[in-house]
Amino acid sequence: MEHINWIHNIPFFSIFLAMLCGIITALVKNGRLAFKIHSIMVFIIFVMSVILLISVVKNNEIFTFMMGHFPAPWGNELRAGPLEALMAVTFSIVMLLTVSGGSEFIFKDVVPEKQPLYFIMLNALFGAMLALVYTNDIFTAYVFIEINTIASCALIMAKGTPQSMVGTTHYLVISLLGSGLFLLGVCILYSITGHLLFPQMKEAILEIIKTEQYRLPLLVVTGFMFIGIAIKSALFPFHSMLPGAYHSAIPTSSGILSGLVLKSYIILGIKLIYCVFSAEVMHTLKITEVLFVFGLAGMVMGSVYAMRERKMKRMLAYSSVAQIGYIYMGIGMGSRVGMTAACFHILAHAITKTLLFLCCGSFVEDSGGKEKIYHMRGAALRNPLAGIGYTVGALSMIGIPLLAGFISKIYFATASVYSSGKMAAVLIILGVSMVLNALYFLPSVIAIWTPEKGVEMKPVSSVSPLFAVSIVGFILLNFVLGVCYRPITRIIQMSIELLAQ
Amino acid sequence: MNHLGTNFYEAVSVILFGIGFMNLLLQNNLIKKFIGLNIMDTAVYLFLAAKGYIWGRVAPILTDGIVDASYYVNPIPAGLVLTGIVVSVSVTAFSLALVQRLYMHYGTLNMDEIMKISREEEGE
Repeated sequence: MEHINWIHNIPFFSIFLAMLCGIITALVKNGRLAFKIHSIMVFIIFVMSVILLISVVKNNEIFTFMMGHFPAPWGNELRAGPLEALMAVTFSIVMLLTVSGGSEFIFKDVVPEKQPLYFIMLNALFGAMLALVYTNDIFTAYVFIEINTIASCALIMAKGTPQSMVGTTHYLVISLLGSGLFLLGVCILYSITGHLLFPQMKEAILEIIKTEQYRLPLLVVTGFMFIGIAIKSALFPFHSMLPGAYHSAIPTSSGILSGLVLKSYIILGIKLIYCVFSAEVMHTLKITEVLFVFGLAGMVMGSVYAMRERKMKRMLAYSSVAQIGYIYMGIGMGSRVGMTAACFHILAHAITKTLLFLCCGSFVEDSGGKEKIYHMRGAALRNPLAGIGYTVGALSMIGIPLLAGFISKIYFATASVYSSGKMAAVLIILGVSMVLNALYFLPSVIAIWTPEKGVEMKPVSSVSPLFAVSIVGFILLNFVLGVCYRPITRIIQMSIELLAQ
Repeated sequence: MNHLGTNFYEAVSVILFGIGFMNLLLQNNLIKKFIGLNIMDTAVYLFLAAKGYIWGRVAPILTDGIVDASYYVNPIPAGLVLTGIVVSVSVTAFSLALVQRLYMHYGTLNMDEIMKISREEEGE
């Protein structure tokens, strides 16, 4: 009994530890020390999340953890099941690899006095993302969405250049529009259901659907909340904040923002679909159909924008828009198989896009701050490790077998068979989008491996060992997800069965 | 129409929310933009406060020894408003600091002009 209790404390303890490290880092004046504290914290949380994952998968359970001394309808709760634990494991491993691999960028681009502040924001961001994954209370979710927003803006701004300030302003305004809509949705939902905890809200909503009373307000609320989440996670028509922000931020920030922060909102959305609104209600209100259409549009338009882009980082940002479209398409299919594919793509994109951003940052640095793909010719010959990393990432995004991106595309295609009436649309758009992906990723891969005429390509004398470890780690993870994907998809399927109960 | 009369406060707060939202989205002047943000958030607090109030009851503070819940209004919306105020204050502080730095560099508060100058600088 003692043992089980200890494991049930892990979700709370992870969030608490991240926040506590943020406070401790405030006392630290040295960037390197702050980096060490951050890495140790993330590593501890990684180990704890793995233990939690093993435990919940073994017991096949979802448990709730009561915060404070007030029981269910009044108090605040955390809730953890296989999906939450899996996401916590992914978030911590990606965070660990990105920050350690990108630590050189942080120490180079951020002024020394501000480096500890950068790590405070990283800690706060990590805590907020974990809280969004674990929370079982809708107002807590709102508060952590705002913490997430402020911390991400601070990470974009850390470079201190005028461009990054403009990028931050754009990002901040669009994010605030999203969280404002979400907040209004939460308030109206509270006034028609009378609860803030997910399970109680779900009961009230099922009652509303049965009695047909307050049906219109429910539709409006669902619309507000999902538009809010879509804006925050940069679904297609709301993507305008990404390119400017990712382009002007340091590569570490761009990697974390694109790989993890966008995903934390989507995971909150998935939890809302299953634990608050329930899949059937979402289907009757036609919200899934709307997400499906926008997802499809995003898959194509994101790639079209990326093709027109000359600067590598902006191209990667638009490619994120396309990949977010894939995830929403999976959610929009409205079936559990579709959701499994979407969840798997969340993992695949998290490990691939961060790898691409890190390698791209390293190319830009080697070529003396020039950012156009044109200027990157031969960059991979100067820095072969980053070149291999970029190539693997690009091939995975295109969907080459043995890599993570291929598996998620296979799952999307398979899932389309199970959703009637959507199969043709999914298969056609999936094919088109993959061709477009190849059309903009392959030229950049060819460019970095082609030597510039008349210029001798010398390898960069020293690659920082942490960067090497992180790139190799990401490449291995890509292959692991691409080859031994069975256990992971089984965990995702199991967790969706549990969530949908 | 009848419903609009009974839900007067809620209707007003949703209209205010719309005003704030459009201000945040479309206003070019950065200071006015973030004033729009504050209007939007305040509208939500009005909504919550109106929902939490029950006619004829008093604030949930135990003074006369009455522990019967039907004597007091619902305290939860007030708690949510407090949390929301904290969030909106910190977001406003952050954005104003950002606006100040932008003004110091670009010498204008107009978002369009800032974008224009920034694009020119980038193009060099």
